[in-house]
Amino acid sequence: MEGAEIVRLNLRINGQPHEVDDVWEGESLLYVLRERLGLPGSKNACEQGECGSCSIYLDGQLVCACLVLAGQAEDREVVTVEGLGGSNDLHPVQEAFLEAGAVQCGFCTPGLIVAAHELLSRRPDPSESEIREALAGNLCRCTGYEKIIDAVSLAGRKMAGGST
Amino acid sequence: MEFFRPASLAEALEIKAAHPGGIPIAGGTDLMVEINFDKRRPEVLIDLTVCPELQEWSRSNGTIRIGSGVSYSRLIAELAGELPGLAIASRTVGSPQIRNRGTLGGNLGTASPAGDGVPPLVAVGAEVEVASTNGARTLPVAEFITGVKKNALAGDELIVAVHVPVAKGPQQFSKIGTRNAMVIAVATFSIALDLESRTVGTALGSSSPRPLRAHDAEEFIAAELDWAEHTPVPANVAERFGELVAGVATPIDDVRGTAAYRRHALGVMAKRTLTWTWDEAGRLGAPAEWKGPRS
Ligand SMILES: Cc1cc2nc3c(=O)[nH]c(=O)nc-3n(C[C@H](O)[C@H](O)[C@H](O)COP(=O)(O)OP(=O)(O)OC[C@H]3O[C@@H](n4cnc5c(N)ncnc54)[C@H](O)[C@@H]3O)c2cc1C
Ligand code: FES
Ligand code: FES
Repeated sequence: MEGAEIVRLNLRINGQPHEVDDVWEGESLLYVLRERLGLPGSKNACEQGECGSCSIYLDGQLVCACLVLAGQAEDREVVTVEGLGGSNDLHPVQEAFLEAGAVQCGFCTPGLIVAAHELLSRRPDPSESEIREALAGNLCRCTGYEKIIDAVSLAGRKMAGGST
Repeated sequence: MEFFRPASLAEALEIKAAHPGGIPIAGGTDLMVEINFDKRRPEVLIDLTVCPELQEWSRSNGTIRIGSGVSYSRLIAELAGELPGLAIASRTVGSPQIRNRGTLGGNLGTASPAGDGVPPLVAVGAEVEVASTNGARTLPVAEFITGVKKNALAGDELIVAVHVPVAKGPQQFSKIGTRNAMVIAVATFSIALDLESRTVGTALGSSSPRPLRAHDAEEFIAAELDWAEHTPVPANVAERFGELVAGVATPIDDVRGTAAYRRHALGVMAKRTLTWTWDEAGRLGAPAEWKGPRS
């Protein structure tokens, strides 16, 4: 029962298998994503679970990547904001954020996109209080949240295929 | 630093026995903050998230045994009917991201006086099951937590599960914080009515170094309540209940609130949650008809 000084981490990210070398045992999944794999969509602001800017899916669950130890992601399935849509194929949630004017400095945006995506996947037509509840772990210092809430409602309507 | 990822509880216990200083990690929502900020550099980390035994819950003889690695989100989704007090408290923890990862085992491991998982367990006399390669033992949650961030776990032990009696009446949990979400408790109060034995359980959170029950308040109110007719609680009785609850607290002054504020808040929460649960009991009728809380 040897403990490993982890050198290699195997996981799936956005549908692709990844092998990451030279991972230090104490580093977070957020560090692996940003610094080792060049996926800077997940932001690093607080590293203490308070801001939600590092929100990702881990095996389908919304989590803060800064609070997941890299080794805990071994053999897991990770989806980051990059996996939802890119500049040429924006996801309806991303479009809605742009259209509703919910992006100012943009630092909180990727985490909010992932959290909103998760909410809409289980609640296609959320009420305002459901939106606030679901986004309670995501801080924004610019917008005052009103436009973010509009954006999530708009995204829900877009995804339902209704008129926008 | 060494990292272990045991695939079973037996393996985890062997690793813990070989490395008594090894630090378990479950949801990481307490531990990772310390590692990220360099407040802690464990030499050995033991990831418990793939031990299947710790991720399960089961029922037997009116008790639910909850694996230490079951997340708050699952407690809310799967156990709100049978353990309403614990589910209400779980809903107040952090944010969805935190509730998806955070566990009762981690809450007990951290043993913060502000741990929201603790008061609903203490109010119903729940027990913690801990184990080492030498076997398992259980002890009341109230005894497991021995001080601020201290617990009764030996170096070779892991928290395996908590055993919580199924609710026999309405339960409530109330939390005072500076805002609605993502907040460390300034003070909390848990209450559990047992309509079968006609007793009331209580627990105070963020109010003392160790979890507290308000025994005098419990005895007083059990004797005063009209269990047969469910008449409303007289105002002076509710008031006295609140005073008795506030009286046992030994809170501190800190950045989140003064001791005097905490004591006052406890009295108010005690009165309110008593009224809420008693009203609910009145609406729901006698114990035989009590089918669990409204969802
Ligand atoms: C943003 C944020 C908000 C929060 N809000 C709240 C809140 O509202 N209320 C609240 O109570 N808490 C809150 N917390 C604290 C934390 O989420 C809880 O204490 C949670 O229950 C910890 O569980 P975990 O599985 O993540 O623990 P971990 O961080 O994995 O572990 C915590 C401690 O317990 C030990 N441990 C874990 N499992 C075991 C085991 N099976 N056996 C022995 N030791 C073990 C670890 O070694 C460590 O010392 C918050 C945290 C954050 C980051
Ligand atoms: S960086 Fe993870 S929550 Fe702020
Ligand atoms: S847009 Fe700047 S933090 Fe949200």
